[in-house]
Amino acid sequence: MSSSAIEIENLTKDYPFGFLHLKKKTSLEGLTMSVEHSEVFGFLGPNGAGKSTTIKLLVGLIFPTAGTARILGKSINDISMHRDIGYLPEQPYFYDYLTAAELLDYFARFHEFTDIERRERVQRMLKKVGLETAGKIQLRKYSKGMLQRVGLAQAILHDPKVVILDEPMSGLDPVGRREVRDIILELKREGKTVMFSTHILPDAEMLCDRVGVIVGGKLRGVGAPDEIVDMKPRGMEIFFEYSGGNANLRALLSKATQTGKRYRLQVAEDEVYATVEQLRSAGAKILSMTQVKASLEEYFMHLVETDRAQAAAVEVSGK
Amino acid sequence: MNRVAVVAWNTFREAVRDRVLYNLVFFALVMIAASILVGQISIGIEQMVIVTLGLSAISVIGLLIAVFIGVGLVSKEMDKRTLYALLAKPVRRWEFLLGKFGGLLLTLALNTAAMAAGLFVALRYLKPLERADLAVLVAVYFILLKLALVVALALLFSCYTTPLLAILFTAGLYVSGLFVEEMRTYHSETMAPAMRAMLRWLSYVLPNFENFDVMASAAHGRTIPAALILQNTAYAAVYCTVLLAAASVIFSRRNLK
Repeated sequence: MSSSAIEIENLTKDYPFGFLHLKKKTSLEGLTMSVEHSEVFGFLGPNGAGKSTTIKLLVGLIFPTAGTARILGKSINDISMHRDIGYLPEQPYFYDYLTAAELLDYFARFHEFTDIERRERVQRMLKKVGLETAGKIQLRKYSKGMLQRVGLAQAILHDPKVVILDEPMSGLDPVGRREVRDIILELKREGKTVMFSTHILPDAEMLCDRVGVIVGGKLRGVGAPDEIVDMKPRGMEIFFEYSGGNANLRALLSKATQTGKRYRLQVAEDEVYATVEQLRSAGAKILSMTQVKASLEEYFMHLVETDRAQAAAVEVSGK
Repeated sequence: MNRVAVVAWNTFREAVRDRVLYNLVFFALVMIAASILVGQISIGIEQMVIVTLGLSAISVIGLLIAVFIGVGLVSKEMDKRTLYALLAKPVRRWEFLLGKFGGLLLTLALNTAAMAAGLFVALRYLKPLERADLAVLVAVYFILLKLALVVALALLFSCYTTPLLAILFTAGLYVSGLFVEEMRTYHSETMAPAMRAMLRWLSYVLPNFENFDVMASAAHGRTIPAALILQNTAYAAVYCTVLLAAASVIFSRRNLK
């Protein structure tokens, strides 16, 4: 077994453009990173950052301008690598003249299953993604969420060791997102390696062992979500209910955010006990207290803004 | 090879579910109308009229399917991105292309066979069938070979250009291919030797569709030589192989956006 499930080294992708294709746009620049066995890895970045480009390079839909990548020790150019990977494209679309069961059966035929195994797997996958009753309906009648579920089913149909999902939560309602999250967690429990791209940061925080943040085609940080954002607590948020008019609380209340009779107040860690005592003695009812941390979203936005500022600086100096 | 057959079967299933075979109804109507009318407007040449009309309809309908569906075989999959999930499976790009080609060829074969059966029913309506009518069967076979070549051309062009340009290129090459004999033998005092050499060279490179046209022989019940059957079969097989190999090379390097 190789050291990492996915090893990417100096992967670069340029797209030529212009009438004679003489100009080039770099979508991905010298990406080097790895995804370990049995980990859930989130690939984060704004639209156009290079997430889908990386994934398409890994599954062989596009070819690198430079660099290499290996999945389970096999080159991405090796067709046998495809037996061990499952892939969900972004906004998947499938042959709409087929039913979900027919589509899964079609894809299963590219793997070495017996007829009985194939039929059994198709039914199991339809059940797993909650489509067992819709399996005989043509895909042209499916909603976006249902197509996403079919996409997931075809990605994990052959029990791959590595599952690569491109924006699996995109365009789904909260129920759909929850279902996709559950499937990813189940894959993790089964010991699969899961790499997925997303710009929905709470999902990444919730699911990922590690995340990589890519902005402007360059990798800006890799690590556990709490490591890369330096999650030292910033203090506590106290959520309380208060309807009195105690003058001693006026200063505190002026710093809080009010919704009806309820207030949210952020205080430093060393002031927590004193503040709680002050609120209790004034007759306020403490509803909850939560630790305030820097979020992945803040870190992400910081990187995006830095990248934009750098791009603007280059543009100005270019003039 | 199994993977090629899987793609081919799905391509055939797509054509059937997209109601491509509905053209058979149109063909049937043409043949019924022709059979009824021909007896009233022509005396003694009924067979010639029916065979010419039937083979022309088989050829035109087949060409329309070959060009328009052939061009969409790859480009539609790329536009709709149905190809993405498929190419992540253990299937090589040339296997996909060969499967698409095979699937459309199977559709055309079935379609052509059904139309040929209709033509023979119409002939039987006019007169008892005889051995000379086998020439009609050979003509139908040649149409199928021609369609295979057209599909391979459409597939090649659709691997690297837009569907509209692919249609234009395929149709252009088909029309040029009908005049290769003229290109080879054309002689004019005013033509520069270099131009004449180029025309001659082109006449060998372009697909020769003239060889597949034996409609006149079939209509007159003349026997078609076995050598021509062998020659055309070999020509179509070699030419299709070259075109599909070129399409595979191009498509295997293509980035899917």
